[in-house]
Amino acid sequence: MPDVLTRPWPWYVAGPIIGLMVPALLLLGNKSFGFSSNLRHICAACFPGKVAFFRYDWKKTGTWNLAFLAGTLLGGFIGGRLLATGSVAFSARTRAALTALGLHDLSGLVPREAFSWAALATPRGIVMVVVGGFLVGFGTAYAGGCTSGHAISGLADFQKASLVAVIGFFVGGWIATFVVLPLLF
Amino acid sequence: MTAAVAPELRTPTAPRQRLLGYFLLGIVFGVALTKSEAVSWFRIQEMFRLQSFHMYGVIGTALVVAATSVALIRRVRVRALTGEEIAIAPKAFGTGRRYWIGGTIFGLGWALTGACPGPLVTLIGSGATVFLVTVLAAVAGTWLYGLLRPHLPH
Repeated sequence: MPDVLTRPWPWYVAGPIIGLMVPALLLLGNKSFGFSSNLRHICAACFPGKVAFFRYDWKKTGTWNLAFLAGTLLGGFIGGRLLATGSVAFSARTRAALTALGLHDLSGLVPREAFSWAALATPRGIVMVVVGGFLVGFGTAYAGGCTSGHAISGLADFQKASLVAVIGFFVGGWIATFVVLPLLF
Repeated sequence: MTAAVAPELRTPTAPRQRLLGYFLLGIVFGVALTKSEAVSWFRIQEMFRLQSFHMYGVIGTALVVAATSVALIRRVRVRALTGEEIAIAPKAFGTGRRYWIGGTIFGLGWALTGACPGPLVTLIGSGATVFLVTVLAAVAGTWLYGLLRPHLPH
């Protein structure tokens, strides 16, 4: 694979492309960019039960977003497998901090010591993979959006709700980084 | 500000070629997330530890481009390809509690998994299949929220 294709993209290339999702979705079908709604659509489609939050016509409101989700799956394969960049050249200070925390393998996109099927049998793997995922799903549904819905499309529209949500994202992220992670290593 | 189009007047299901459009946009999103390494747990750690500008650059430029486009769309009152007027529904603030409580819970999960919902799915595509478990757990979290919703402060 030619080097130009496998090289990572700088922030000033990737950021604007991600930002263009907002007008592209509005122009294509008056849709608001927000990925976490898909989690709700999956619940509504697969196991709505008697829960009012999931009793709506997900085919009518969610099919477009699930098609978008299917695209990201393929995009992940293209960008993360076919054109894989290899190890991430992240900051030396973060490397030192993670090594001090007890991580040994800093290669790949994600640390194998936490995110692998083998690690899933350890308390650390369970907290990072399962509990972490659960909090992502619960929190985004509660807040009515994630990074795409609040930090990008909500803030782009100067919504006060999104600003409060994004402040929450960082408060939670800091608690997990500086309080919870040290307990797991 | 344009008036919201009544939901019943919207096209019930998107025609196939429009669905293909959403799918193609999803591909671009997934490629941008992986090529910028925004799907990397290491990059998210770097961001929360304030040790690199990278993620702030990605989210910041995305936000500037999105805000400029939304302002332009409002100004020229362009219609969507479906013919409907583009209307962005404001998010009801209410007491604001759902935003800071829900936001903080999501933030905890974001730092633990190193990924928000888009990157979680993208990582599965890149071959990190253990994230299937994370997405299933996220679906379970959303489901529990739906169940508890009437009892939670909003």
